[in-house]
This record gives sequence, structure tokens and C-alpha cells, in this order.
Amino acid sequence: MCVLHLMLQGFDPPHQSETRTIYVANRFPLHGHYIPTVTFSNGDVFQYTIWNFVPKNLFEQFRRIANFYFLIIFLVQLMIDTPTSPVTSGLPLFFVITVTSIKQGYEDWLRHKADNEVNGAPVYVVRSGSLVGDIVRVAKDETFPVDLVLLSSDRPDGTCHITTASLDGETNLKTHYSVAETSVCQSVSQLESLQAVVECQQPEADLYRFVGRMTVTLLGEEIVRPLGPENLLLRGARLKNTKEIFGVAVYTGMESKMALNYKCKSQKRSAVEKSMNSFLIIYLCILLFEAILSTILKYAWQSEEKWNEPFYNQKTEQERNSSPILKFISDFLAFLVLYNFIIPISLYVTVEMQKFLGSFFIGWDLDLYHEESDQKAQVNTSDLNEELGQVEYVFTDKTGTLTENEMHFRECSINGTKYREVNGKLVPEGLTDDSPDGSTPHMVNHNKNGSQKNLKNLFFPIQSVALCHTVQISYDQPDCMVPGSDPFSHVNGFSANHMEYYASSPDEKALVEAAKRIGITFISSNGDTVEIKTFGKTEKFKLLHVLEFDPNRRRMSVILQTPSGGQIMFTKGAESAILPFATSGEMEKTRLHVDEFALKGLRTLVVACRHFSPEQYTEVDRRLNAARTALQQREEKLQEAFNFIERDLQLLGATGVEDKLQDKVQETIEALRLAGIKVWVLTGDKHETAVSVSLSCGHFHRTMNILELLQQRSDNECAEQLRRLARRIKEDHVIQHGLVVDGASLSLALREHEKLFMEVCKNCSAVLCCRMAPLQKAKVVRLIKTSPEKPITLAVGDGANDVSMIQEAHVGIGIMGKEGRQAVRNSDYAIARFKFLAKLLLVHGHFYYIRIATLVQYFFYKNVCFITPQFLYQFFCLFSQQTLYDSVYLTLYNICFTSLPILVYSLFEQLVHPHVLQSKPALYRDISRNSMLSFRTFLYWTLLGFCHAFVFFFGSYILMGEDTTLMGNGQMFGNWTFGTLVFTVMVITVTLKLALETHFWTWMNHFVTWGSIAFYFIFSLFYGGIIWPFLHTQDMYFVFVQLLSSGSAWFAIIIIIITCLFPDVIKKVFYRHLQPTNTQKNTLARALFHTCTFTLEPSHSDSNRLAADCLCWTKWGLDFSLFTL
Amino acid sequence: MQKKENQEVENRPDNTAFTQQRLPAWQPILSAGIVIPLFVLVGLAFIGIGVALFVTSRNLHVLEMDYTGVEKTSPCFSCSDPIKQKNCKCSLSFELDKLFEGPVFFYYGLTNYFQNQRAYGVSKDYNQLSGDLDYFTFFFSIVPDSTCKPYRYDVNNKPIVPCGSLANSMFNDTFNLYQMKNGVKEEVPLDGKGISWWTDYNIKYRNPSVNPLRNAFNGTVKPLYWSKPAYELDPTDTANNGFINQDFLVWMRRSALPNFRKLYRRITDGLPAGNYSLEISYNYPVIAFDGKKKVAFSNVSWMGGKNEFLGIAYLVIGSLCLVMSVVMLIIYHWRNSSPDAN
Repeated sequence: MCVLHLMLQGFDPPHQSETRTIYVANRFPLHGHYIPTVTFSNGDVFQYTIWNFVPKNLFEQFRRIANFYFLIIFLVQLMIDTPTSPVTSGLPLFFVITVTSIKQGYEDWLRHKADNEVNGAPVYVVRSGSLVGDIVRVAKDETFPVDLVLLSSDRPDGTCHITTASLDGETNLKTHYSVAETSVCQSVSQLESLQAVVECQQPEADLYRFVGRMTVTLLGEEIVRPLGPENLLLRGARLKNTKEIFGVAVYTGMESKMALNYKCKSQKRSAVEKSMNSFLIIYLCILLFEAILSTILKYAWQSEEKWNEPFYNQKTEQERNSSPILKFISDFLAFLVLYNFIIPISLYVTVEMQKFLGSFFIGWDLDLYHEESDQKAQVNTSDLNEELGQVEYVFTDKTGTLTENEMHFRECSINGTKYREVNGKLVPEGLTDDSPDGSTPHMVNHNKNGSQKNLKNLFFPIQSVALCHTVQISYDQPDCMVPGSDPFSHVNGFSANHMEYYASSPDEKALVEAAKRIGITFISSNGDTVEIKTFGKTEKFKLLHVLEFDPNRRRMSVILQTPSGGQIMFTKGAESAILPFATSGEMEKTRLHVDEFALKGLRTLVVACRHFSPEQYTEVDRRLNAARTALQQREEKLQEAFNFIERDLQLLGATGVEDKLQDKVQETIEALRLAGIKVWVLTGDKHETAVSVSLSCGHFHRTMNILELLQQRSDNECAEQLRRLARRIKEDHVIQHGLVVDGASLSLALREHEKLFMEVCKNCSAVLCCRMAPLQKAKVVRLIKTSPEKPITLAVGDGANDVSMIQEAHVGIGIMGKEGRQAVRNSDYAIARFKFLAKLLLVHGHFYYIRIATLVQYFFYKNVCFITPQFLYQFFCLFSQQTLYDSVYLTLYNICFTSLPILVYSLFEQLVHPHVLQSKPALYRDISRNSMLSFRTFLYWTLLGFCHAFVFFFGSYILMGEDTTLMGNGQMFGNWTFGTLVFTVMVITVTLKLALETHFWTWMNHFVTWGSIAFYFIFSLFYGGIIWPFLHTQDMYFVFVQLLSSGSAWFAIIIIIITCLFPDVIKKVFYRHLQPTNTQKNTLARALFHTCTFTLEPSHSDSNRLAADCLCWTKWGLDFSLFTL
Repeated sequence: MQKKENQEVENRPDNTAFTQQRLPAWQPILSAGIVIPLFVLVGLAFIGIGVALFVTSRNLHVLEMDYTGVEKTSPCFSCSDPIKQKNCKCSLSFELDKLFEGPVFFYYGLTNYFQNQRAYGVSKDYNQLSGDLDYFTFFFSIVPDSTCKPYRYDVNNKPIVPCGSLANSMFNDTFNLYQMKNGVKEEVPLDGKGISWWTDYNIKYRNPSVNPLRNAFNGTVKPLYWSKPAYELDPTDTANNGFINQDFLVWMRRSALPNFRKLYRRITDGLPAGNYSLEISYNYPVIAFDGKKKVAFSNVSWMGGKNEFLGIAYLVIGSLCLVMSVVMLIIYHWRNSSPDAN
């Protein structure tokens, strides 16, 4: 049928060209000298493949300042004569690199696996070539794997229906068209012979823009057809209501519009990691300072001959003759190597392990598990755990995130009477639903003995709701009818339950569904007839005109011919768009009811009708047809015609639809606000809906002064409005302000008046942005993120339209909603419901932050303790780079002796009981703005490290420095015993210091804390007890045993440890008593809490626990006065 | 339906104390109520220990004498002149009022002497010292260990055994102690056994198993500064020669700090009151680097020699603990009695 021939357009090299040319099914021109202009680029979102894993991972890892530094140290050790063997830094480095790469490889493998599930869905390719140009078949309810130009569907007209819910959140059915010439190729064999060329623009991110043309060669004749967005099926969208379609791939992989809307996956770094890096730089400076100082002192010392070369330590000829500069440099490097452990090598690996292991707790948390959907929280990247404790701004999507994305009809007002829907019946206000009226099965009529007319008055508005819409129907059966063909044959075959409504507005869908429940069922619509079933009686209306919805009019109408032959118009819209034009009906009462609905947070619509006399209708018909066919100024003319028609309305009633809020959204937002987090709602929805949801979810308060920045058309206007708003805020700063911005105004505001806008935003306690495009959401996030205070942002959303925002924010949270998995896949964390955000931030965030902050500080502390004695020792050994500790101790200190307690601490520490954290969101402020990693705390830990190091060293120095023997047999200790004494004291002190910091001693903490100390002793005995054949020297042989055989050494160890720790204890007690932090005040509560929980409730069932906790709270309240501490 | 339930079981996290972070835990709080009694206890215990240590230390005696000979009045002044250093003898007289209880340990001490320098410390060949004959010969540039430089070979490329600075610089002053009884010098017996670590003598350092020992040293030369080769260090006791000579072992255990004492001999029976004369054969040069040479006699307790530091430290920290607990108590009461305490 489709005859092959080809027609060629001008051809440009692919990279300069603004268009791409695609040969359908890669049927190249017969001329033969053309090459395909597009090659498939399968952009990869993964970091690694099997082949590049090792080199790429190594490269990535050595980009880390600490790893690179250790590599340098290692190389230096290989090159010059250094005090320690290369193994001392090589082994830890190898360990760190291995552990990190295993972890990263595992995470990437998980990502591969997850992505294969989505991308690896089998695609039926009819004819394949280099992917672009492939003809692809997609069956009903499948998602499109690539961007396709529709060639044909199983429908004769070549149309298909899709939903783009996962792209822009719109759940309605959209009709897409194919070019007439290709739509006839409905089978594979026909497609085989199709010869066509598609020319289109190069890939771009705009979902709604597509310009191209298709040249089909039919019977030797070239036919050129324009292609627009209505011909393009976007990757990620889902085919609905159509059995199968064929399409030609135009954009694939990372070039598809969906992928282009994702920002590239950049490595997010948490604030903790950033401060960690700056601390590392400070330590690097300390290191360089110590090395330079030592080098200078060494030469100052050596300038005197007697120190330079005493008779007992002569230099070799070579040493004497080498150049002083070279010697200076090599000395400097040697000192660098000697002190290099001050940079904690295992910090990164411990942090990574902590994050990796710690993140399991999120997935394991039963409180984050959603029973109904059987989904638990999911961690996609563990790098940002602690960032959850630092959030200052939350940007949330609305539909599907705050709401369930399910509209429910709740109330209506008919002829001045309010009704509530109760179990598919309408119950008038004030009446209980158990009144004895089961006799009327579908509807409660309070005026039972009312005339038929009365009943009709009631039905009529509901009928109008069932008729006035643009809802489409899809039948659930896979091989069901195709809309457009004869519907009647199918109606009997399927009960109404099997049909599913699709609507561009979820409200419409809810209304039609409500009408169906009440008994007026919308059965079918095709082209020009609409059919409804009123209490079993089928009525057929002829659809004459649809006056489509537009945001300016804010209403829509349908003109119908009733079965009885009269013409009637139903209008539905915002009350502000209808009431002024209504001339009859219960206007005042309805207005009152609408306001009441709105106050309840319902989305309101007003319904009205107008009966036309035949003359009137003729006029209407004429005007409409004239406007629709006008060639110039069609828009204006249509508006004019609509306004002419939609007047003299008879008010029928009003409806209240609830976009059901998710459970506990209000509480969650309130908790976040108490925690000092600003919540911004960013939604693609229209302004009214957004505001009403905002109000109902507690984001906006009734008492708030709502400022509006809407529908700004020019820069100046926008600036003016912003200034006005800023003035208003200044004038009454007592009231809280809320700001509503729409997308268009926002882009104006951001273009020129960013500062002014930020000023206004900062003074508003709640901000609502509506009509936002996906990338605009990301822009807003970036704007806040890059503002001078550099706040930590969190974005939460459920749809593909939130992906860019999720990726832009410091932390991206995906809601596992109805709109596909795109948001979840691109998020850092995914949760099933918005309410889980509270626990995720307030409890998990708090825990992770405290854990990791202490971890980081402690690491620096313990390495200062470790290396400062070595530095001090240089003053007593002529700066000869003699190590104080043995190489094995140097190597194992960080990876064995002191690594586990801090790791376990950082996994299990709980400063405050989780329930307290959750019930007192204000505690979140205690850790805000990275307070535990502030310069002050950093200084405290560093100085503490130095102080302890001084005590270790000089304590041992004084003990040994008196030149007396410490053993009962009069023998003397040597330098290694001295070093081992310092080392022993240090390992114990450093471990006990952590023990002092630990507030939550699980058996594991006990195990690793005491186990580490025991391991040190056992290892040292073992290490010193054997002549190691492969070691160069046996310096440590029996040193440890000798040390332990001295009573004085034991006493010295005890006294030095106590001296180090007791000021710390005193400091803690004083701080607790004189300046307790909020958190500390609550640790008391927590302690009580805990004892209560354990005494009252031996079993761990949840309900019991909660009850016990409640009891504890009251108990705590009573007892608090007793606990004045 | 059944399937759905199964799935739920699959996804639902385990409700265990571990996964829900509800592990039973001990949650100590450092509040005054706990810390004050603790401090009092620790303070009292430390003061007790401190007193005990202090008293023990007080009962020990140390007699230390400098014999460097820097001052002209010093008996060894003549020997300190580097020119006539060879085989110089001088003697030091001292008087004991009362019995110096035995066992008395006889130390020599050096100051400003950096045995802990890195280059110095590594300058030895462990394989040699553990008696491995392969390391007694010249074998290209591998043996003996290059760390021994510049005391690796002599001018004729003969290997030095034991090589290295550490061995080369072995202390070589010798002492004889005489008690003056009615004008007659009576030598005090000095016990040179067991002055080095047992493990050093018995395990770590080994002589090559060649009999007689001197044959093992064929083809090697003695360290430059030594007057006798290693196998002749102690002419009186054949088991005290070579690498397991006690004085050598003591020297090889490097001191941690630049001022140090090393054990020289033991006087098992103690020193009765009286006049003594210590005859020194003065060989070791220290004046060049401002060093001092000392001898010290000391008796020891179970906790070692006289060391007042530990006792004082315990007393100080113990009293600090008590003082701080009193301070905390005052603050605690003040907080409690002040009206806005709650």
C-alpha cells in the first residue's frame, strides 16, 4: 500500500544543523551516498561500567583531597629516605580505597539494577537500524521507550490517547494524531514498505514544542506534512485506550525530552562534607606548619657543629656532600611523612561506611512504612543522610505530594440547599443520614411528597454536572471498543463499573464520578452525542457546541439538544466567573455556600444553565460558527461570542470537591515550621486550586495576609508590584504573610528583580508558587540555594515534573505516588507519604547529623592526639625524625585500634529519644546551620586533642625523664617502651573520650569500646611476643610485656588517663547545669521516658509502646520539678 | 489476594529492636548527682594511692655523682682533656652515713647524649646481631646492612662486626668501687649479670654458633672506637662475650630521652656506711657536645627507683577531684535554692 520511494531534502552535517533528518526505518536514499545523520547516543546516567570501573573509580577517589594527599605521601615515602616505611601509609590507603570502591561499586550496581527494570522493559522493534529511525510498536498501557512520531494506530483515523502523568502530572487523556498518509499502515507488512523521511529540530527540553515535517513518498509522489507536538509521543508517557500504535523513534536515550528535562546527575555533597574539607585544609596547614617549623629548628640546631655531627653519630661522605637545598627539601618531606597521620586517612572511609550502613535504618523504619501501598522508605544515595538534619527550606510539589491526587466530591448546594454526599446519597444539611428514606434508593429527598417538578429541580443540577465536561471514557477491557466507533454495541457488554473516566481536570472527573454514584451516570460521548443514564433511564443528548475552558474566563460551557428537542446550555466555572452573569436562582444562598465550601478547603465550582429559544439558539450558533471560522483575530472574536452567550444564566448550584489531602499533612507542615524550616509549595496547578489546598493543608493560615504576585505582564509592572508588596510587609510586620506567585510573574521577577523578590520571600512565612514549569521549579530552588545565606534546601515531589527540582535541591525526596517512578528514581530518598517527611527530618536527620558531626570532630581529635606526641618528641631527639611509635602502631592506630568504637557510635548514638525529637520539632533548631561543626566546636576538639597529647607526652616524659628505673629489677626502659607507654595511654584515653560522648550504650557500644582496648592489649602482646621473620628490625620485641611488668607504668597510665578526662567531665557537668541546651533538657525527659518504656512495657508491640510513652509523658511532667538538674 | 499479602510480608520492614533503633541501651547522664560522689570516691582513692607512692619513694635513696671533670676541682679534670684521653684513670670519693640497703643498683648516666636520633638508632644490622654469619662478610653492597654507614666497612673494605654507629659508640668507661676500711681499699663486688633484659640476652641477640667464638669474626674488623673486639669484651666470662655481652645489650637498648641512665652493675648486699672510692677508667668523650657523665647508686622498690612524680601527681589529681566535687556541690545547691532554678 505504501509505496517506497524517497525524497530528499537538503542535507547538513549533523552537528551544525538545526534540524535532524531521520529516515524512517533507516531506509536510506536510493542514491546511496548519504550517510545517516543521526547516530544513537545512549547517554548513560551511571557512573561506571564493568570495564571502566577500576580506572574511573580510582580517578574519582583520588580527586578527593585526602586520598590524593595520601597518595602523594606514599609516593614521597617511596622516593626519599623516610622515617617510616611506605607500608605505613600505603596499607591504610589501600584499605580505604578498597572499601570505598566496594561500596561505590555496590551502589552503582544497585542503580544499574533499578534502571534496568525501567529501561530494560522489552521494546518491540519492528524494524531496527541505529535506533533513531526505528519503527517501534507500543501496546496499550505501555510507556513509550523513546520519543516517537506517531505513524499509525489500530484506529482507522490514526489517533491514539495517551496520558502524560509521569511527565507533567496531568492525568487526562490526550489525543495524538498521525499523518494521514502513514495512518493506513496498520500492520508490520505495510510498514515494511513505508518510505518516509522525518525532519525535525534537534533535541530540546521543552515538552510542548516540536516542529518538523514528514515527507512521505506515495506512489512516486512526494507528500510533505507538517508535524507538531500533537504528532509526538513522548518517552515516559503512557498509551491509553488504544490497542497498539506504531511510531518512528526520533529522540532516544538522553536526547529524549524527558531525559533533557533532567538535570545531569551531579554528585551532591553535603554541608558536613564541605566543612570536613575545610577542616582538612586547616589540618593541612597545621601539618605544613609543623613540618616547616621542625625543618627550620633542625637546621637551627644543626648550625652548631657539636649537634650536627657528634662523634657517635657521624655522617657518611655522601650525606656531607649532598646539596643543602636538597637536604632541606628531603628533610621537609620526611617531616611531612612523619606527621602525615594528622590528616585522618580513615575519616572518609569511616564516614562512607557510616553513611552506607546507617542509611539502612531509614529503609528499616516501620514508621516510614506505608501499610496501604506496602512501600517502605528507600535510600538512593547515602551521601546526604546528615543533610536531612540541616534542612532550612522545603520545596514541595502539591498534587500527589501534599494531596493524594484523588478528587472526591463532598458537598453541593442545590437551589439554596446544602447537601452532603454520604454513601452515594445526597443528604441535606442538618439531617442525619439514617433518616428513614431508604425508599428512595439514590437520593434523599427531604421533600418527599414534593411534586415531580421538585424532584426534577434536584436532578437537574446533577444532570448538568454529568453533562457539562470534557471527560473521556476508557473501558477497562483490553480489547474493548474504540471511541469513535459505535458505542452502543458495547454498552450492554460491560457494566458501568468497568469504565474509567479520564479528564483534564481532576475536578471534572470527581464530579462525573459523584454524579454516577448518585445515579446519573455518564455513559458515553462520541463526537456529537452525549449519553447519560438517569436512574436507569438512558437519555441521549446531542452535543451542539463546547465552549472550552480558558483561564481568563475561568468557566466552560456545553450547548446541548435535550432528548425533548430544546436547546440548553450548561455552564460550570469559578464562582467569580459565573455569579455576575447569573440572573436567576438562589444567588445569595449559593454565594454563601460557596464561601463555606472554600473555608472547608474544598475546591468549588458553580453550575448554571441557560435555556435557549429556537431564535436565540440560531443567533448563538451563527455567532459561534462565525467566530470559529474567522481567519483573523479568532481569539478575540471567540471571546466576544462566548461572553455574548454565557449570560442571563440561571444559577443551579455549587459543588465542593475535595482534593483529598494526604494523611497528617497539616501536622507535618506545622512540625516543619516549628523546626524552623520554611515550606514553599511549588505546583503546576492553577492559582485558585493551589491557594485552596495551601489553606487546607495549613501551609497558609486564615490569619495570614496573603500577598499576590500574579499575572504580571511586564518587567515594570512586576517590579512595581514587588515594591508594593515589600511596603505592605514593612507596614504590618505583626501579621504573618504568605506569598502567591505564578510561573510567568516569577520568571519576570527572577529576570530583573531577583533581590527584591528574595527580600519579599524572606519576610513571608509561607510561599506558594503556582503554574510552574518543571525547570522553573528547579530555578526557584537554585535561587534560594545560591542566596547569600546558602541555606540547605530540600525538594519533595512525586512526578517527573519534579525531577529537576529534586535534583537541584541539596536533598531530593521522591514520593512514591501514582505518577510513575521517575521522581523516586531521581531522588536521594523516597518515601511513600508526605507525612513521613517529619520523621525523616526531625528524627533521622537529627540522629545522622549528630552522629556524623561527632564522628568528624572525633576523628580530627584522635589524630591530633596521635601525632602531636610525635611532633613533641622531635624536640627531644634533635629533630632527627625519629618516630615515637613503631610502624605497626602507626599503621593500625586508625584502621584497628580506634576505628570501631566511633563507627558503632555513629551508627547507634541517640542523644534524645526519637519520640521526643518528633514531638518537639523545635529541637531541630539546636543543630541548624551546621552548629555542631562550627568553627568553635572544631576549635574545642582540636585544642582538646592538643591538650591531651601534651598530657600524654609530658606525663610520660616526666615519668621517664627522672632517669630512674621503673622496674623492680632495676633495668631501664628504652625509646620504644617510652613510645609504647604514650601510645597505650593514648589508645585508652581516646577510646574513653568517645565513651564519655556516648549517650546510648547498646551492647555493641560496650563490645567495641572495651573490645578495642582489649584488642590493643592482646595485639600488642602478640606482636611483641614473637620475633617476626619478615621484619627488618625487632624493635618491639617484648617491649609491651616489659612495660606492663612495671607497676609504675600502670599507675602512670591510670593517672594520665584520668588527668585527661576529668576536666572534660567537669566541663560537661558545668555546662549541663549552668547552660543546658534544649537538647540536653530533653535528654532528661528521654532518660525517664526510656525507663518508663522499659518498665511499663516488656513486650515491644507498637500500641503498647505508644501507650507507655504517653504515660511517661505525663509522668515526666509531674516529675520534672523534682529533676531540677 | 493471597499473593498481595505475601508481597506485604516482603516489603514490610522487620519489627525488631535493632532495625527500629530501639536496642536496649544504658543511657548514663553526667549529672551532678552522679559525678559528685564519683569524684569524691576517686579523689579519696587517689590521695590514698598518692600517699602510698610518695612514702614508698621517700624510703628509697639515690646517690648521684658527676665525674665529667669540667671544673678544675673535679677529680677527673685531668682525664677530660681529649689529648691524653687514653687509659686515663681517676677516682671519686664519697661517704655514706648509713647503710645503703641492698640490692643497690649502680648506673652510669649521660646527658645531652641523643641516642634517640633516627640515623643513629637504625644504624645496626639486626641479622648480624642475631648471629647470622652471612652478614659477617662483604657481599657486594647488600651485606652488612647499608644503614650501618658510615661504620660498615673499614678502609680495606672489611666488614665491621658489629656494624653501625650504635654499636660503635658503646660506652667504654669502666668502674671499680672500693670501700675504705681503715685506710685499706677493699673492692666491693659488682654483679654484672641480669642487667639487660632477659629477652635481649636470651632470645633477641645471638652469637653465631661457632666455637670458639673468635673464629666467627675471621675476616671482620672490630668497630672503630672499640679497643677490644666483640668476642673479647669480657675476659672473665666467656658467656658474656660477643653480642650477648650485658654491657653491650644495655647500650644497644636506646634511651628514649637525651638525659639517661643505664644500668651498670648490681651490688647485691648493699653498701654499709663508710668511705668509698670509685675508680674510673675514663675513656668516653662527652665534653665536645656539652655532655655530662654521672654515676648513680640507687635502691629500688617494687615500683622501681626513686620517683616522686607519681606520688605527687596522684595527690594533686586526687585533691583536685575533691575540690571540684565541693565546687560542684556548691553550684548544685545554689542552683537548687535560687528561685528561678526551675
